[in-house]
Amino acid sequence: MPNTYFWRKLHSFLGLFPIGVFLFEHMFVNSLALKGEAAFNRGVAFLQGVPYLWLVELVLIFLPLLFHAFYGIYIVYLTKNNVLSYTYFRNWLFYLQRITALVTLAFVAWHVFVLRLGFSGEISYAAVSQTLSNPVVTALYVIGLFASFSHFANGTWSFFVSWGITIGERAQKTTAYICAILFVFLTVVGLKALNAFV
Amino acid sequence: MSNDKSSSIIKPTSKDVTFIIKRSNGPGFSSYWEEFQIPYYPNMNVVGALMEIQKNPVNGKGEQTTPVTWECNCLEEVCGACTMIINGKARQACSALVDKLTQPIRLAPLTKFPLVKDLVVDRRVMFDNLRKVKAWIKIDGTYDMGPGPKIPPQVQEYTYELSKCMTCGTCAESCPNVNEKSKFIGPAAIAQVDLVNSHPTGALMKEERLEALMGEGGIAECGNAQNCAKACPKGIPLTRSIARVNRQTSVYGIRSWLNR
Ligand code: SF4
Ligand code: FES
Repeated sequence: MPNTYFWRKLHSFLGLFPIGVFLFEHMFVNSLALKGEAAFNRGVAFLQGVPYLWLVELVLIFLPLLFHAFYGIYIVYLTKNNVLSYTYFRNWLFYLQRITALVTLAFVAWHVFVLRLGFSGEISYAAVSQTLSNPVVTALYVIGLFASFSHFANGTWSFFVSWGITIGERAQKTTAYICAILFVFLTVVGLKALNAFV
Repeated sequence: MSNDKSSSIIKPTSKDVTFIIKRSNGPGFSSYWEEFQIPYYPNMNVVGALMEIQKNPVNGKGEQTTPVTWECNCLEEVCGACTMIINGKARQACSALVDKLTQPIRLAPLTKFPLVKDLVVDRRVMFDNLRKVKAWIKIDGTYDMGPGPKIPPQVQEYTYELSKCMTCGTCAESCPNVNEKSKFIGPAAIAQVDLVNSHPTGALMKEERLEALMGEGGIAECGNAQNCAKACPKGIPLTRSIARVNRQTSVYGIRSWLNR
């Protein structure tokens, strides 16, 4: 039976590979909508034509997400936050990492249910814009995107520390800047793509 | 200094310092806050104020009360015994100067260790953790083992910082992942593993220590809030140590899996 160390490292690793990679792929496909309805529909059709799609989705998306989510809830539970006494920046990010974890989890569960599992019919530009025609839904998407991207960016920073890759203060600071840029980049891309549907 | 034990109400003068202290008779007893007015003297520290209360245990309402229990030892921030929460943050009472604190000064016992009484807690777990990770260097033997190995000055310089740890528990107190729900060993023991693993003789037991840190409550339960390094009164680079030991455990974990 693997030790705690293994499960923790797996949790951290899965956040980047495949979940982080999938996040990029997802934003890429969404951004096809900037090139028009047809481009987006072609992208979706291509993905749906992937052989063994169910297996790919199961192994590269659903199982990693489920493990990351459930083990993550346990990690959130184990924490007793103290940002009011120890008001350091990192402590706030640590706290936000847990808040964004829960927000992202709720968002992804809802998103997957509405547009994937509970969705009847073909996914298309029209179907997505139909879903997003409700301004409340759009607002929730904006919140969900912010939460997911910040959780991913800060998680990437933590990944480098907890695997023992960034050790020194300067290395950790540099990766923090890189992760901040990553967050801004994803947010811009994500919001622009969202805007293409509303 | 007045040693007047009269029970007449003590009126706070501008030269009095107000302390609000969280008190409890021990586990199982409820806790309550009690206020004290303590005559000020120059360069007074929190331990000095507690000694005044001991001499004259009268609270802010002028009532006779029991003296506040606390611990101290070295009085120069090297033993860690007087660690308590002062105005919201864990630190040493002996090096906490009243002049530098905002008043009223609030004192409370550490929350991450079992309470003994008033401001005294049982920090035994700090020492148990050092035992768990074998934070020592084995040099005892039945024969003369010869002179010790040479240690490069850069290593000496770095490990000297780590050796300043006084097991006070300030780092554990500041850590959101050290609490009654989690079994996390906390930052101090990890830095001590870094210290003894950096020593050529200590490194002979490196893998045992890494194994100990890879189980439940081990190093992987660090969530990088990084409060510890900011809170440590000795300026120990705890987050650097944690990252260094993270690298050791990651490499060790992968290598031992591949060799199995
Ligand atoms: S590392 Fe610092 S804060 Fe932690 S026990 Fe040692 S001296 Fe105290
Ligand atoms: S009495 Fe030793 S640290 Fe304060």
